[in-house]
Amino acid sequence: MALDQSFVGRTYPPTPAYEVGREKIREFAEAVGDPHPAYVDAEAARALGHADVIAPPTFVFSITYRAAGQVVQDPQLGLDYSRVVHGDQKFSYVRPVRAGDRLTVTSTIESIKSLAGNDIVDIRGDVHDEAGELVVTALTKLVARAAEEA
Amino acid sequence: MTAKVSYGSVEVGTELPAQSFPVTRATLVQYAGASGDFNPIHWNEKFAREVGLPDVIAHGMFTMAEAVRVVTDWAGDPGAVVDYGVRFTKPVVVPNDDKGALIEVSGKVAAKLDDNLVRVDLVAMCDGKKVLGMSRAVVRLA
Repeated sequence: MALDQSFVGRTYPPTPAYEVGREKIREFAEAVGDPHPAYVDAEAARALGHADVIAPPTFVFSITYRAAGQVVQDPQLGLDYSRVVHGDQKFSYVRPVRAGDRLTVTSTIESIKSLAGNDIVDIRGDVHDEAGELVVTALTKLVARAAEEA
Repeated sequence: MTAKVSYGSVEVGTELPAQSFPVTRATLVQYAGASGDFNPIHWNEKFAREVGLPDVIAHGMFTMAEAVRVVTDWAGDPGAVVDYGVRFTKPVVVPNDDKGALIEVSGKVAAKLDDNLVRVDLVAMCDGKKVLGMSRAVVRLA
């Protein structure tokens, strides 16, 4: 069944602040096998003009995806999470995420489409720092595959 | 932000050094822990097959993280990336052996934009198949 179009434009309350830890950044960089010094060495990061160690570009997804869970698990929207696959992912960065950031995410439903029985939901996650400045915007496309005919 | 490549030194068609990234079951378990994405399709073969997959598959976000390294290693400053987007077109299947899978990434400058920005188009292949579509990054050069 097609999802309710009236949910388009709905914005969910901001998430509690997530504090970005330098050891969490190190752990993530190691997990993706990336030895870039700006992820682990504050001096190296400062030499590139950053205030502290920065996170790899895709690090922020673990924060925005958790926030998108508000939408995915909204019982009123009724998305069948067991059929959801990640279709597209985009990020627009104002600046890199860095150690010490306290980040909140505000999720908005950008669009809902129905295509060949698949429900396609675009969720925008605006990530702000403690000062209220926008750091990065994440655009996540989720596809709930059509249920098999009974 | 201080990229190590100058805007003036590149032109449309400039190729970035290609790289290959190995991925094994151990890599996926480590990534699951670091990212907090514990979906069993990324580590449990029985579960993956039950939902119709050929085997355990890599996290799409892992593949996305590897692909952009061709850009960040080239630019020199990972903070120089301004935009980055991909479409997850084919799964990276990771067999339970010592070899695992290999993600092969190449990229080239597709457009020169204003403000020292260039658009890099990436191609990520695994086992002869394109695993990311519309994989593009915009990066600010020196």
